Amino acid sequence: MLTTIKQKACYSAALYCLTFLNKTGATLTFCKGKSKEAEIKRINKELANIRSKFKGDKALDGYSKKKYVCKLLFIFLLGHDIDFGHMEAVNLLSSNRYTEKQIGYLFISVLVNSNSELIRLINNAIKNDLASRNPTFMGLALHCIANVGSREMAEAFAGEIPKILVAGDTMDSVKQSAALCLLRLYRTSPDLVPMGDWTSRVVHLLNDQHLGVVTAATSLITTLAQKNPEEFKTSVSLAVSRLSRIVTSASTDLQDYTYYFVPAPWLSVKLLRLLQCYPPPDPAVRGRLTECLETILNKAQEPPKSKKVQHSNAKNAVLFEAISLIIHHDSEPNLLVRACNQLGQFLQHRETNLRYLALESMCTLASSEFSHEAVKTHIETVINALKTERDVSVRQRAVDLLYAMCDRSNAQQIVAEMLNYLETADYSIREEIVLKVAILAEKYAVDYTWYVDTILNLIRIAGDYVSEEVWYRVIQIVINRDDVQGYAAKTVFEALQAPACHENLVKVGGYILGEFGNLIAGDPRSSPLIQFNLLHSKFHLCSVPTRALLLSTYIKFVNLFPEIKTTIQDVLRSDSQLKNADVELQQRAVEYLRLSTIASTDILATVLEEMPPFPERESSILAKLKKKKGPGTVTDLEEIKKERSSDMNGSAEPASVNASAVSTPSPSADLLGLGAAPLTNSAPPPSSSGSLLVDVFSDSASAVAPLAPGSDDNFASPDLASSEVVSEEPADTVHDADELFHKFVCKNNGVLFENQLLQIGLKSEFRQNLGRMFIFYGNKTSTQFLNFTPTVICSDDLQPSLNLQTKPVDPTVDGGAQVQQVVNIECVSDFMEAPILNIQFRYGGTFQNLSVKLPITLNKFFQPTEMSSQDFFQRWKQLSNPKQEVQNIFKAKHPMDAEITKAKIIGFGSALLEEVDPNPANFVGAGIIHTKTTQIGCLLRLEPNLQAQMYRLTLRTSKEAVSQRLCELLSEQF
Amino acid sequence: MIGGLFIYNHKGEVLISRVYRDDIGNRRNAVDAFRVNVIHARQQVRSPVTNIARTSFFHVKRSNIWLAAVTKQNVNAAMVFEFLYKMCDVMTAYFGKISEENIKNNFVLIYELLDEILDFGYPQNSETGALKTFITQQGIKSQTKEEQSQITSQVTGQIGWRREGIKYRRNELFLDVLESVNLLMSPQGQVLSAHVSGRVVMKSYLSGMPECKFGMNDKIVIEKQGKGTADETGKSELGSGKQSIAIDDCTFHQCVRLSKFDSERSISFIPPDGEFELMRYRTTKDIILPFRVIPLVREVGRTKLEVKVVIKSNFKPSLLAQKIEVRIPTPLNTSGVQVICMKGKAKYKASENAIVWKIKRMAGMKESQISAEIELLPTNDKKKWARPPISMNFEVPFAPSGLKVRYLKVFEPKLNYSDHDVIKWVRYIGRSGIYETRC
Repeated sequence: MLTTIKQKACYSAALYCLTFLNKTGATLTFCKGKSKEAEIKRINKELANIRSKFKGDKALDGYSKKKYVCKLLFIFLLGHDIDFGHMEAVNLLSSNRYTEKQIGYLFISVLVNSNSELIRLINNAIKNDLASRNPTFMGLALHCIANVGSREMAEAFAGEIPKILVAGDTMDSVKQSAALCLLRLYRTSPDLVPMGDWTSRVVHLLNDQHLGVVTAATSLITTLAQKNPEEFKTSVSLAVSRLSRIVTSASTDLQDYTYYFVPAPWLSVKLLRLLQCYPPPDPAVRGRLTECLETILNKAQEPPKSKKVQHSNAKNAVLFEAISLIIHHDSEPNLLVRACNQLGQFLQHRETNLRYLALESMCTLASSEFSHEAVKTHIETVINALKTERDVSVRQRAVDLLYAMCDRSNAQQIVAEMLNYLETADYSIREEIVLKVAILAEKYAVDYTWYVDTILNLIRIAGDYVSEEVWYRVIQIVINRDDVQGYAAKTVFEALQAPACHENLVKVGGYILGEFGNLIAGDPRSSPLIQFNLLHSKFHLCSVPTRALLLSTYIKFVNLFPEIKTTIQDVLRSDSQLKNADVELQQRAVEYLRLSTIASTDILATVLEEMPPFPERESSILAKLKKKKGPGTVTDLEEIKKERSSDMNGSAEPASVNASAVSTPSPSADLLGLGAAPLTNSAPPPSSSGSLLVDVFSDSASAVAPLAPGSDDNFASPDLASSEVVSEEPADTVHDADELFHKFVCKNNGVLFENQLLQIGLKSEFRQNLGRMFIFYGNKTSTQFLNFTPTVICSDDLQPSLNLQTKPVDPTVDGGAQVQQVVNIECVSDFMEAPILNIQFRYGGTFQNLSVKLPITLNKFFQPTEMSSQDFFQRWKQLSNPKQEVQNIFKAKHPMDAEITKAKIIGFGSALLEEVDPNPANFVGAGIIHTKTTQIGCLLRLEPNLQAQMYRLTLRTSKEAVSQRLCELLSEQF
Repeated sequence: MIGGLFIYNHKGEVLISRVYRDDIGNRRNAVDAFRVNVIHARQQVRSPVTNIARTSFFHVKRSNIWLAAVTKQNVNAAMVFEFLYKMCDVMTAYFGKISEENIKNNFVLIYELLDEILDFGYPQNSETGALKTFITQQGIKSQTKEEQSQITSQVTGQIGWRREGIKYRRNELFLDVLESVNLLMSPQGQVLSAHVSGRVVMKSYLSGMPECKFGMNDKIVIEKQGKGTADETGKSELGSGKQSIAIDDCTFHQCVRLSKFDSERSISFIPPDGEFELMRYRTTKDIILPFRVIPLVREVGRTKLEVKVVIKSNFKPSLLAQKIEVRIPTPLNTSGVQVICMKGKAKYKASENAIVWKIKRMAGMKESQISAEIELLPTNDKKKWARPPISMNFEVPFAPSGLKVRYLKVFEPKLNYSDHDVIKWVRYIGRSGIYETRC
C-alpha cells in the first residue's frame, strides 16, 4: 500500500516535471541519452550547474528556484542520488504562488527523509498552509501529509485533520482531501488517530451535498467501522438513505458523478461495502434497503444505455457489490433467488471476467439455504462451462461451484461430470478435483456400490493424482460396510483385468481381495487361483510398498483358500522373495512362509482374521482438501456446508462419516492409522494370544505390530514413551516396573502401574523425614475383584531405617471403582532399597498376584538449601575426601534440554543454584537429607556435554552410601 | 565447453546468436537472462562471469557491444576469455572497429567465422592469417583443387598459421614493444603497487617459411651467457645489472616453440604472415616510473577546498612524453572551480566530477604545477568525501620495464635471402595503465 502510493506520487511527479520542463524549454533530454554513461555525464553536468546556482551568492527568483528544484526531482526520479536542494524546496513552500508551492510539496513528498531540522520546517509550512483558509493550499498540504504518511507526520497532524474535516466552514474539496488524508494516517498508524466527538460528526458527512465528500467519507467510515463497529452504527441508516437516493436518481441528476450513465458507481460500491460491515438493519431501514437492492437488480435487467465497456463495468461493479451484500445478510430469500438468477445470466456472458465473478459469487450463494435450490437450477450451464470454457481459472471456479452446489439429489450427476472432466482437466487442478470427487462420492453415497464404482473409476482415470488418503478411505468404507464387500471384490477383480492399471488400483485390489476374495471365489471365472494369478501378474510392476502389501494379501489367501496354499508358498519361497534386496519384503516373505508352514489352520484363521471395522473418524480427505486450499478459503465454505448438511441430511446417513467435522487433530492424519504404526519388534505375528489381531496390512515401513482389539488408540510403543518428557503423565502401559519406578524419583504423583485389569495411581507428599503416600487402586474391568489385599513389604535390610504404616482396604473392589490406601512413612536413617507393594486378588475365578516397587527413595527426604557461590565452593572443598565423592559419566537417554534438566533437578529435591558454576551450561544443586537420626548435607554438580550427548554427574555428601545411592537415582533421570 | 555465443548491442538487443550445444536449453531464456541480469541490471555488473540459474555467462565489452559466452558446464574461465578476446581480434582484423553498425553489416561473415573458430563449443584455429585464406569478405569464389588441398594441408598441418609460397619483393619486419605501466602511490610518495604489462607485437612481411629467433635482455638469458664466457663475466655483470630485466611471467603466440624456450630459454618461431602478438609479459621489479605526482589538498572550512598538484617527469631529458592528462577528482558538491596552471590547459569538467589538465608534450626531468580553488555547496549529507586518487595518462617513447630487443634473426634456408637483407624496425611505446596517486 505504502509503496504504491509512493509510486503513484512518483509517477505523477515525473509526469508533471516532464511537462513543466518541456514547457519552459529547460529540457532535460538525458532520458533519451544513448547509453548509461552518457546519461550520467549529462546529469553530473546538470547537477554542477544547479549547485552553482544554489550557491547562495545571489538570491534566486521563485521561478528559477522552482525550475531547478523540479530538475532535481526529475533527476532523482531517474534513479540518481540527490543530497542537496532540500532547503530550496522548503523555501518554495512558503511561496504564495500555487505552482511554486506545488513543486515544493512534490519534492518533499518524494524526497523526504527523517532529517530532524528539515522536518520541523516542513511541518511548520504545512501548519501555516492548513491554517491559511486557502482551499488550494490546504489541499496541497493535506496531499503532502497523505503522500508522506510517516509516523512523524501522523504525530504532528492527526489531531488537526479531524477538526478540519468536521469544521462547518471548510470547503468541500478540502473536506474530501482531509477525509482521505485521515484514512491514510489511520491505516499507517491507527494508534495515533484519536477517536473523539468528531466521529459522530463524520458520520453525518454521509448526508453532505457534495458527492465527492460523501465518497471520501464513506471510505474513511468503512475503515473505521471495521475497527469499532459500535461507534459508527448510525452510519447504516444514513448510508441506506444515501444509497436509495443515488439508486433512484435519474442518470442525469448527478452530473459530474454520473459515469457512462451509471449514477455514482464508486460511491454506490463503497456504501454497499460499508453496509457489509454490519448485520441486516432493523425492519424500517431494511425495507428501504431491500427496495434499493431490488432496484439495482432491476437495473441490471434493463438494456444497456451505452455500448461502451465502461458502462457495463460500472453497472456490474455495483451489481456484484449488491449481491455480496445480499449474501452477507443472507436473510431475504426473494433477493437471494433474484441475485442467483441474475448471476445465472452472467454465466453465459461473453466477458470472461463476468463469468468468473458470477461463478465465484454463486459459490457463496450455494451455501445459503434460501438460494441453494436456485443455484442448483444452473447446473447444466455450469457443467457446460466446465466443458467449453477456455480460461482455466474460470474452469476452476466452475469446479468449486459444482462442489458447492452438490447435494443428495444431484450428486450422481455432478460426480459423473467431474469424472468426465477429469480426463481432460488441467494438471494443476487435477488433484483437487480428485479429492472433491472422493468427498462428494462418499458424502452423498446412497448406494455404496456406486461409491465403489466411482472411486475405482477415479483411480483408473487419474491414478497419479489419487493420494493415499483417498484409497485408504475407500478401503475403510468397504470394510465397515458388509453389504458392499462382495460387490467391491467383484468390481476390483474386474478392474484389475485391464492390461495396464494404476498402482493405486493394485493396492486397493490387493487389500480388498485379500479380505473379501472368498466372497467371489464361488464363481469359476474368479476362482482363488485366478485371483492369485491376476494379482501376481501385477506384482513385478509395482513399487516396494505395494509389493509388501501384496505379500500380505497372499498370506491372507493362504487362510481364505487353503487349496492354493502350495502355490503361494512356492511364490514366497522363490529367491526373488526370500533373498530380496529389500529388507521389508524379505522379512515378510520369510515370516509369512514360516507362518503358513508352522501354524495350524485354527491359528492361521485367528491370526489372519478379517479386519475389524475401523473407528469412525473425520475423513482425512477433507482435511487434505482444506490443507491444499489454505485455511481461509475452504474452511468457511466447509463450515457453511456443515450447517447445511446437518440441516438437510440429518441423520439419514448412518454409515457416512460426518465428513464435515471441522477439527482435525492433524491434517495428514492417516486414515487407517497405518502410517503411525510404530516399529516395535519385528517379530512374526504372535500366534499365541487368542484375541490378538494382526494388522497385516501395515503400510508403513515396519512390519507387523500387535494390536489390542479395538484399542489402537491407547497403544504406544515403548520407545515412543521414552522419548517423551518424563514429567508428563504417562498414559501408556509399560510393563517394565523399574522404568516407571525411575520416573517417580523426580515427581510425586502419577500412575505407577497399569495393565488390562488394574491401574495403580500414586499421590505423595514429604516433609523433612516424614511422608504420606496415597495409593489409588482402580478396577478397569466390569467385574468385581474379590479378596483384594495390598501389602507393603520392607526387606530385612530396610526394616530398621524406614517405618511404614498402612491402613487396610476393603477386600472387594467393584467393577470400574477405585479404592484408596494411605501409607505413612518415616525415615529413620538413610536407606538403599525401595519397599515392595504386593497385591493379591481374585478376578473372575483366577487368582492374581503382582508386585511393584513403591517409589519411596532417599531423595524424597531432601530439603533444598540456597547458598552463594562462595559458600558452595567452600563446602565442596570440605567434602573432598575421595569416599565422599561419587562421579558418574553416562550417555543422555533423553533430549538434552536445559529447562527440563532444571525441572528434574528441582523435582529431585535439591535446590538449583543459579550462577554458581562459572560455566553457565552446568547445573549445580545443594540440599540436606533429613532422617530421624542424622542430617546429611549434599552437593551435586551436573555437566552436560552436548556434542557427545553425555553427562558427568558429581555428588559430594558427608556419607559415602548416600552419595552412592543418590548418584544411582539421579543418573537414571537424564 | 562453450554452449553458445551471443553478441548484444548496448540496448540489450541480440545481434548475433550462435548456439553450439543443446545444454543451455531454451535459447531465448538464456538470451533474456543475460540481458535482464547483466546489461539492464540496476547495479552495474562488475564481475565478468555471471551465474544465472546454473548457467554461466562470460562477457567482455567492446565499446557499446557485449560479447557473451554461455555454458552450463564448469569450463576453464581463462580459456573462455582468451577465446572471446581472440574473437574480438579476428573481428577487428576482418572489418575494423567492433561497432553495432559493423556487426550488422557483416552478419554472414561473423556467422561463418563462428562456425570456423568454434566447433561444438571447442575453440579451433583462430589465427586471422589462416582464416583469411578461406573465409573472405568477397563473394563466393570457387577454389581450384590445388588451392583446396593447400588450404586443407595448411589447416590440418603442423604450421596452421602460415601458408606456403608467400613471396615479398622486400623482406621487412616491424617490432613494437607496447607496455602499460600501472601504479598506485601513497600521498607521501610511497609506491603501494606497481607493475608493467607488456606485449611484443610483430608485423612480418617475409617470403617463404622463415625461421626467426628473438632475443631480449631477459635476466636469466644474460646471466647464463655471462657464465658461459668466463672472461667476460665482470663486463657482462656490469652490463646486466642495469640492462637485464626480470620477467615475472610471459605467454607466447602459438608459433613459438615452447620446448626450446623451456630448455634454452630462446624464442624461436616461424611467424604468421602479417600482424600478430608474439608475446605478452609482466614485470614488477625495477620499473621506471615516468612521472611522479605530488598532490596537496587543503580543506578551508566547509565550503572551500584548495588543491595543488605537481608533476615531475623522470626520464632522459632527450625524450618527449606525449598526451599527458592529469585528472583531479572534485567533491560531489562542487559548485565552482578556479584553476591556474603553468603549462598546458586545465578545465573543470562537471560531467565527470573532475579537473582535467592536459599537456601536449613534456621533456624528461622537468616539473610542472597546477593549483585550483574549489568552492563547495553545503549539503545535508553527513558523508565525508571519499577523496578518490588522482589519475594520470601519458605516452612515453621507451619501455618502462626496461626491456630491450637485442636481436631478431631471420633464417630462410630455402630461399636466397639472409638475415642482413631483412629490413627491421623496432619501436618502444610506454603508456599509462591505471596510474594513480592518492591525495
